[in-house]
Amino acid sequence: MKLTSILAATTALTMAAGAASAVDLTLVSWGGAYQKSQLKAYAEPYMAMHPDVNIIWDESSAEAVAKLRAMHEAGNLTWDLVDVDAADSFRLCDEGLALEYEPNDLLAPAPDGTSAADDFGAQIVNACYIPQIVYSTTFGYRTDMVGDTPPSNICDVFDLEKYPGKRSLEKRPINNMEWALLCDGVAKDDIYSVLATDEGQQQALAKLGTIKDQVIWWSAGADTPQLLADGEVVMGSTYNGRLFSAIVEQNQPIGMLWDAQVFSFDGWVIPADLPEDRLALVKDFLFFATDTQRLADQAKYISYGPARASSAPLVGKLDGTDIDMAPYMPTDPANAQNVFYYNFEFWADYRDDIDAKFQAWLAG
Amino acid sequence: MSIAHPEIPRPSLMGFTLPLMAAAGLGFGYIVGTAHGAPVPGFLAGALLGAVLGYVLASFVPNRKAGRIGAAVVAAVAGFVLSGFPGAVVGAIIGLIMSWFAYWLSSGDYRAKVPVYATAGDVLWHNSFKFICGLIFFFLVAPIVVVLPLSFNAQDFFTFTPEMLSFDPAGYSLKHYEDFLTNPNWTRPLKNSFIIAPLATIISVSLGTLAAIGLSQSHVPGRRAIMAILISPMIVPLIISATGMFFFYSKLGNWLEATVGLSGDFIGFIKVILAHAVLGIPFVIITVTATLVGFDRSLTRAAANMGAGPVRTFFKVQMPLILPGVISGGLFAFITSFDEVVVVLFVGSAAQKTLPWQMFTGLREQISPTILAVATVLVIFSIALLTTVELLRRRSERLRGMSPS
Repeated sequence: MKLTSILAATTALTMAAGAASAVDLTLVSWGGAYQKSQLKAYAEPYMAMHPDVNIIWDESSAEAVAKLRAMHEAGNLTWDLVDVDAADSFRLCDEGLALEYEPNDLLAPAPDGTSAADDFGAQIVNACYIPQIVYSTTFGYRTDMVGDTPPSNICDVFDLEKYPGKRSLEKRPINNMEWALLCDGVAKDDIYSVLATDEGQQQALAKLGTIKDQVIWWSAGADTPQLLADGEVVMGSTYNGRLFSAIVEQNQPIGMLWDAQVFSFDGWVIPADLPEDRLALVKDFLFFATDTQRLADQAKYISYGPARASSAPLVGKLDGTDIDMAPYMPTDPANAQNVFYYNFEFWADYRDDIDAKFQAWLAG
Repeated sequence: MSIAHPEIPRPSLMGFTLPLMAAAGLGFGYIVGTAHGAPVPGFLAGALLGAVLGYVLASFVPNRKAGRIGAAVVAAVAGFVLSGFPGAVVGAIIGLIMSWFAYWLSSGDYRAKVPVYATAGDVLWHNSFKFICGLIFFFLVAPIVVVLPLSFNAQDFFTFTPEMLSFDPAGYSLKHYEDFLTNPNWTRPLKNSFIIAPLATIISVSLGTLAAIGLSQSHVPGRRAIMAILISPMIVPLIISATGMFFFYSKLGNWLEATVGLSGDFIGFIKVILAHAVLGIPFVIITVTATLVGFDRSLTRAAANMGAGPVRTFFKVQMPLILPGVISGGLFAFITSFDEVVVVLFVGSAAQKTLPWQMFTGLREQISPTILAVATVLVIFSIALLTTVELLRRRSERLRGMSPS
């Protein structure tokens, strides 16, 4: 009896392996609505064109740096293409874990013939990073909990008298320190020079301290939408795409505060040391997935701005609906009146130091 | 010959029932009052209504069934007036609890299970003890039970919506179950889990049973040390085993790929199955060793005496007798593999993503009630599995003429 079950199980395993004998392409991403937009805009059309390619997703982008290091050390690279935050791409590129590439060789030119390097422009922030989207970290608020005058200024987050109740902020210093200084009277242009000093850091923490006992700290992008939907917080920061799907797809009573939103980028890196055959497949996929139309298509599923200049005019409505995407895009002129750009150089230099102070302040 | 019991006059328990009923009513009244933003009036009204209910039921309604239904209906109507349909349901529940409490106190049932010579303190302790046991049970089960209705949420959040609380059918939907059964993000991990867990179980059961039998022989040298090593995966923190396994199996996988030329996917499954088998073996060893203690060694000698070889003896004599231990060990090994998330995150690649892995990333990256739907299915699956195994065990014992222990 046992022998037959072993045989049956072995057969099942062989069949499972056989079914997967098509070429696997393992993409690493963030899960959620963002990964779904990549699936719809890049992966599904690509698999329709190449039935022998089977795209597998691994939602490990949050640990991409640590995991790639471990894979590199163990000589066991199971990822083919990794979606990372632009900040992480600097670390991966510096450590030689990501492949340096030549934009005009690897990526498609724009339809009007503009070279890829010019079309992406300054968004190619380092030699390994292949840009995809512009996203912003900004605030959402419960429309039914803020009275008749919804918050319109970033400093409303720090105003407990006008908007009493809990707020959710990310459990790390990035963005929070900038917002705190801005609302403590520091001019926008001086923020990073102030934040570079110990007094400036203490000033930011002191400003955050005025609302500390009303803050719920989040660590995953899904936390703030959940807290807002529960009515546990009045307002909270998160990625604008998360708020978009809570508002438009889940019909939650949430409004957006775009003031002092922080722009950042997300894109692909190719792991270094991929075997030739897998690298060839990755390059073929990338050429397709980063062309003008595909990046514009992605904006049909999530409200993140495409990284190519030539994709912007092609952005239309939310897939299958009549909802214009433009008002939800961080790059829309009405929303982008007051914008911060994630300062990679500053945070690369000061992150460890300020992180340590921030964590100590949180615990204290 | 029978002893004539003299009619013992029953003391009136009213002086005891009314305060306790008032206290219970106070508790419920406080909860209801707080829900309506008026804790103090709720508090007072609850206490008064509790005492009145106790008095009325104890004095005028000797028929328990009628009294309990009556109290439930009255409370349901009051709840309906206060807050509509959900209020009626809550009211009915409160009415049932309160009326039960009234009869339990006034009829002296609270002493029914205690010996007659017990003092008041004994009775109090007996009932508090039962109450504490009930609370413990409640805290064990409540979190699981809360998950069940949430998995039918029509929204994509872990929130009881107002529609759900008012039992509006529009607040409920099966869409998360549909998502679980149709979305490749879930069907693929489901398939992987059902490939990995049974194979890992078969390996752990075979090796673990053999090891347990070998280690129960008194002539094996160093058997305590061997036992300790075999059980260590259960004791060493999982994250440490997982890190070690990651490097070990990476090298093994590279070697297999280079020399045997198997596909990366196939090797990935082998790695995860072997890693899970290692985690499952200690459970099998422990349960089988425990059953072997009660195994009569003279039976194997008798079998040998009658001409059976060791293999035949094992399958025909020893195996049937230790089967319950083997099966429960196998069950533990299966659940270990089926529930495991740390090792598979390290050893596996995305192609071997299992259900717990998908649930883990799902919880972190996107709080989707599909996870609750999966959890519900898994809870039902585990209960069904345990029940089946227990029924089979009883059946086999009955067939062999043993009474279930």
